[in-house]
Amino acid sequence: MANLMEINLDELKNLVSERALEGETVLLNMGPQHPSTHGVLRLLLELEGETVLNCNPDIGFLHTGIEKNMEAKTYEKAEVMTDRMDYLNTVGNNLAYCLAIEKLAELDVPPRAQGVRVILTELQRIASHLVWLGTHALDLAAMSVFLYCFREREMIMDILEMVSGQRMMTTYIRPGGLWRDTPVEFEDAVRQFLRIFPARIDQYETLLSKNPIFMDRTRNIGVISAKEAIAWGMSGPSLRGSGVAHDLRRASPYSGYEQYEFDIPTETSGDVYGRYLVRMEEMRQSLRIVQQALDRLPFGPVRSNNRKYVPPPRSELGTSMEAVIHHFKLWTEGFSLPKGAVYLPVESPRGELGCYLESDGGPKPHRVHFRTPSFVHLQVLPKLSKGHLVADLVGIIGSVDIVLGDADR
Amino acid sequence: MPEELKLTSSLTDIIAALQQKFDAQPFGFSAEVTEFRGEVSLLIAPEKVQSVMQSLRDDFGFDYLASLTASDYWPQLEPRFHVVYQVYSFSRNMRLCLRVPVNDSTPTVPTVENLYPVANWHEREVWDMFGIRFEGHPDLRRILMPGDWEGHPLRKDYPLGYEEPQFTFNFDTIQVRKHRAGYEEA
Repeated sequence: MANLMEINLDELKNLVSERALEGETVLLNMGPQHPSTHGVLRLLLELEGETVLNCNPDIGFLHTGIEKNMEAKTYEKAEVMTDRMDYLNTVGNNLAYCLAIEKLAELDVPPRAQGVRVILTELQRIASHLVWLGTHALDLAAMSVFLYCFREREMIMDILEMVSGQRMMTTYIRPGGLWRDTPVEFEDAVRQFLRIFPARIDQYETLLSKNPIFMDRTRNIGVISAKEAIAWGMSGPSLRGSGVAHDLRRASPYSGYEQYEFDIPTETSGDVYGRYLVRMEEMRQSLRIVQQALDRLPFGPVRSNNRKYVPPPRSELGTSMEAVIHHFKLWTEGFSLPKGAVYLPVESPRGELGCYLESDGGPKPHRVHFRTPSFVHLQVLPKLSKGHLVADLVGIIGSVDIVLGDADR
Repeated sequence: MPEELKLTSSLTDIIAALQQKFDAQPFGFSAEVTEFRGEVSLLIAPEKVQSVMQSLRDDFGFDYLASLTASDYWPQLEPRFHVVYQVYSFSRNMRLCLRVPVNDSTPTVPTVENLYPVANWHEREVWDMFGIRFEGHPDLRRILMPGDWEGHPLRKDYPLGYEEPQFTFNFDTIQVRKHRAGYEEA
């Protein structure tokens, strides 16, 4: 057995104030196993009474070496690992990775595949926001919202299971298109969800938005100005909660987002409540996008015809020798991408999810890096929580919406 | 910048302005500009990082450091690494990539933490994963790996740990080796 690591006072010197070392203030470990840290996050808190003087996030407990592992796998095999990073936004992770590959390879994606990608990522965004809302409200002691949110999330999980066979780790989006076409029941299931869900958002809002306890717990808590939010690299709903109307779906559209009409909700307060309002409105906007994408969804192929990157359909294998060769090459060696590097940002439910993909011309990625919003948002936590109560810290963690799998990779 | 390279028009202006600004200085700018798949990247020397980033942020509105990472080109040693910065401008809606070559012998780059606070953790991650030091960083500790970890996992010469596949003919030898390793660890 290894010896328990003794904490060195010198190590603490950078992290906490002088007073803590003299014992005037209290040092408290919050986590790594704590229900309201939303995963395996350890916070070293310096407290005076109940006020947080210092907060030092300690991450890495969920580090699984995904970036290193991806370098040892072919592009297609490596995609499976992207699901495992941000487990509430699996479709979005696949999308960022596949878009990066498609950008490097200059691979075309058929319109139907793009439409389905948009529908699924938006549904996934709603599902992710539902988990956020449920746990966020639970942290602030509103139990029932959690149950309602997970009830609706289950409908989305069913849709994902219907198209891919998996509730969470779908790997449904593939380089050059989709794994396969959606089943016939897909459209009905999504329409059913679109019918039911708007009323449900209203229901959540009646429970929370004007609830005096919830407002007391969230207003003027964890305030950050627009300028600071930009300097600290915040993105997504957390940035829009500070009044910056920035959305990558609008700023650098991908997968045909430019065709859809939607608003970018913003709040100027920059506090927990503002970020809450932004996310609630985002769910409605996502519904609008899904509605439009579903109405316009064309029929046609869901995979690119470029056989150098996309395996041929099963039916061709019996009749075409070339198809057999391509199939064999793609499933043994994999495809090679041209030499070069791209950075592709997409709007994940949490913010800017950027995939930096570098190829050395071989069948395996030379370097994959995911710029994940949770990693960046965790870094802001000390700034947001300074001077607040421990109970509010819980709300602040929830309001920046972190997923530790996303932060640690 | 070579004549035939046609960049997104306003980026051309920015790079020309950068060149004008830094060519007056003793070391010059001499950035290598490349465009690949619509992304413009500048290859700049480590000692220029601070001044170029400051200029990009203050004069050209690139106020958002979207990503900071590195890439290892081992066994090539000079330069062995590239530190890759992605900056974004909200007002111009433009992205620019800066690549900084780093040699194996002295893997250090000046920090940009004072310009972009977000770089703090990104630089810690690059230090943790690649062993590239950021000069002037206030708190350069490991971030993802445990504090007492040896080596920098994302370097190309760092092995990807794996379990030896055991077949019937070599099952026992590997089993013995595993046991021994287990005891030594304990």
